[in-house]
Amino acid sequence: MTITTTKSAFRKGLADAAPFVLVIIPFSSLFGILATEAGLSVFETLAFSVVVIAGAAQFTALQLMQEHAPTAIVLASALAVNLRMAMYSASLTPYIGAAPLWQRAFAAYLTVDQSYVCSMAQYEKQPDMTIPQRMSYFFGCVTPIVPLWYLFTLVGALLGAQIPDSWALDFALPITFLAMIAPMFRTPAHVVAALVASVASLATAGIPYSLGLIVAGVVGMMAGAQTEVLLDRRSEGAA
Amino acid sequence: MMIDKGTLWFVIIGLGIGSFGLRFVFTGLVGDREMPAWLLRHLRYTAVAILPALVVPQVFAPAATGGQFDPPRFAAAAVALTVGIITKNVLLAIISGAATLYGLLWLLG
Repeated sequence: MTITTTKSAFRKGLADAAPFVLVIIPFSSLFGILATEAGLSVFETLAFSVVVIAGAAQFTALQLMQEHAPTAIVLASALAVNLRMAMYSASLTPYIGAAPLWQRAFAAYLTVDQSYVCSMAQYEKQPDMTIPQRMSYFFGCVTPIVPLWYLFTLVGALLGAQIPDSWALDFALPITFLAMIAPMFRTPAHVVAALVASVASLATAGIPYSLGLIVAGVVGMMAGAQTEVLLDRRSEGAA
Repeated sequence: MMIDKGTLWFVIIGLGIGSFGLRFVFTGLVGDREMPAWLLRHLRYTAVAILPALVVPQVFAPAATGGQFDPPRFAAAAVALTVGIITKNVLLAIISGAATLYGLLWLLG
C-alpha cells in the first residue's frame, strides 16, 4: 500500500506497528511486577515508565538500585544502555529534521525501538513521502505501543504486590536481558563485543561501586569497533 | 533490599531527562551534520556490550543464592540465550528460560 495522504500515513503506521503489541504487553507487565517487587509503589512504578519509556534502561536502573550501586553508576549504566536512542535520533534526522520543533520534540520522547524500526523501514521504502506524512506515520506507529506501555506497567504493578517470593522472580531480569541480547548479534563484531564485555565483567566483578560494569562495557565496545575495522579491512583486501 | 525514595526519584527524573536528551540530540539539535565515524563505530556496540556485562556476573553468582553458583539459574540463562540466538524471538527465549528455571527448581527443589 502506498501512502497518499497524511491520514493514510497514520493508519499505515498504526497497522505496521500493531504486531509489536505482543512484545509490549509482557515487557511492560514484567517491569511493573519487578519494580513493585523491588519496593516501588504503584505510582512510582508508573511514573518510571511514563518519564523514561525505555525498557532495557528501566530494567538496568532497577537491577542496580537493588544492588545499592551509587546513583551516578545507576544513571551512567542505564543511559549507556540507552545510547542507541542517540543513534536512532541521528538516523531519523535526515527524514524528519525539517519538521516543526514541537513535533520533533514529541517524536524524540516517543523514539523507541519499535517506532524507529517501523519508521526507518517505511521512509527508505517510500522516499517520496512528504514531511507531514512521515510525521503522521511515526505517530501512527507509536499509537498502539506507548499507551500500552503505560497501561501494562500499571497492570503489572497492581499484580506485583500479590506474587510470592517463591516464584524466583530474581532471575526474570537476567533471562529477559539475555533474550534481548540474542537478536542483537547481527555481525561477528557484535558477538565479539558481547563476549569480551562478558569476560571483562567477570574479571572486574571485584571493583567497587559497580564500576566494573562501565569498564567492561567500554572494553566490549572497543573490541566490537576494532573487530569491525579488521573485518572491513579484510573484505577490502579480498575485493 | 529497600530502595531509598530520594535516590529513586533522582534516578527516575535523571534518567528521563538523559533519555530525552539522547533522543533529541540529533533530531532536535544537531540537524544534518555528520558524526565522526569512530564515534558511531563505538556507539553501535554499546547495548550489546553493556547488557551482557550486567547479566553475566548474575549468571555465575546469583544474588538470590548469596553468590553461590546455582545450576537451575545457570541452565535457564543458557537456554534463554540459545533459544534467542536460534529463533531471534525475544518472547520465546524468555518463556524457554523461565520454563527451564522453574522446571529445574521443581526437579531439584
